[in-house]
This record gives sequence, structure tokens and C-alpha cells, in this order.
Amino acid sequence: MTVVAIVCYVGLAVAAAACLYRLVAGPSVPDRVVALDTLLYVVVIGIAVAAATSGDGSFLGVLVAAALLAFVGTTTVARFVEGRGSQ
Amino acid sequence: MSAVEVVASAFLLGGVFLALVAGVGLLRFPDLFSRMHAATKPATLGMLLVVIGGVLLMPDRSHDAKLLLVAAFRFLTAPVAAHMIGRAAYRAGTGALEDLVVDELSLGGYPGGPDAPPSGPASASSS
Repeated sequence: MTVVAIVCYVGLAVAAAACLYRLVAGPSVPDRVVALDTLLYVVVIGIAVAAATSGDGSFLGVLVAAALLAFVGTTTVARFVEGRGSQ
Repeated sequence: MSAVEVVASAFLLGGVFLALVAGVGLLRFPDLFSRMHAATKPATLGMLLVVIGGVLLMPDRSHDAKLLLVAAFRFLTAPVAAHMIGRAAYRAGTGALEDLVVDELSLGGYPGGPDAPPSGPASASSS
């Protein structure tokens, strides 16, 4: 199970690095929003993997909060970009 | 490792692989809409696979509700969020608009569209 956890963490680190690159380099604001949304879900998947491989469910509340926050943040910035683009 | 652990590990690794696919797609695809295509769908399925693996592995059944809540919430909100980002990017003029094959947002016939009452006549829509 430790080997599975390490492989999962390495894969998630690569995915998070790709999201971070797109977050920094993305040419437009919606690119960055998509990257940030994906990055937050990579974090959520990481917390779920940590809880599953250790059997400790203490951080599952963080999981729910981060999932809520991803949607609210994405929607808010999308509205902001849309309002700014129409002017 | 027991059989349940093997199956759950396969689910976890599959979910992480799909998250990795989403990251690579975000990195490599050329424009916003293809990046959204890469980022939303594998991340959602990967989330579901990791949640299934977690439900199989966690010894305490009281944690299952939180995990399944996150998966259900992702399935409800990911289409809405992707729709809003796509429409915002379209109206802001970003994204590869010249590469679109079908451009239904330019046709109108919806509230706030190009033929909506504040911006133009609401007639001559091909319904």
C-alpha cells in the first residue's frame, strides 16, 4: 500500500506541476481559471488518496470544503471575466 | 495485500492516471476549449475512481458519505463551471474562436444573446 501511495503522489505531483505551469503561463484569464480548478481537484484527489491509503479520515472535511471552494471560485471568476469582456 | 486492496489500488492508480492525463492535456493542448475538454472530463472520472478506491479501502463506513458527497458534488458542478468558463471566454473574445466548427452562441435565441431585446430585434430567428 505504501508503494501505491508513493506512485499516486508522484503522478499527482506531475499533474499539479502541469497545472501550475498553465496557471503561470496561460495567456488568458480563463486559461488560468481552468488550470486553478484542475489544480484544486488534483489537491482533492491527493487528500482522498492520503485518506484511503492511511485509513485516517480526519481530513475528509477539507475535501468537501475544497470541492465547494473550487466551484464557487470558478463561477465567480467566470462571471467577472464575462462582465469585463462585454464592456 | 488482500483482493479488496488490490482492486482499490487499481482504482486509486486509475484515478491518479486520469488526473495526470488532465494535467498533460492542460499543458499540451493549444487553445482554451481543448484545454477545458482535457481538464474537466478526466478530472471528474478520476475523482470518481479515487472515491471508489477510498470507499473500498477505508475501514470506517462513516467516511463513505463524505467521499461520495464530494464525487456527487463534482458531477453536479463540473458541467456548470465548464459551461460558465466557456461562455465567459467566448464573450470576452479569448479562445480560438476562428477554429470553431459550430458557433451556436452567435445564432441567438437565448436570453442575453445577440438577438435579445436589449441589444437587437428578437425576430428572424430560425427556430
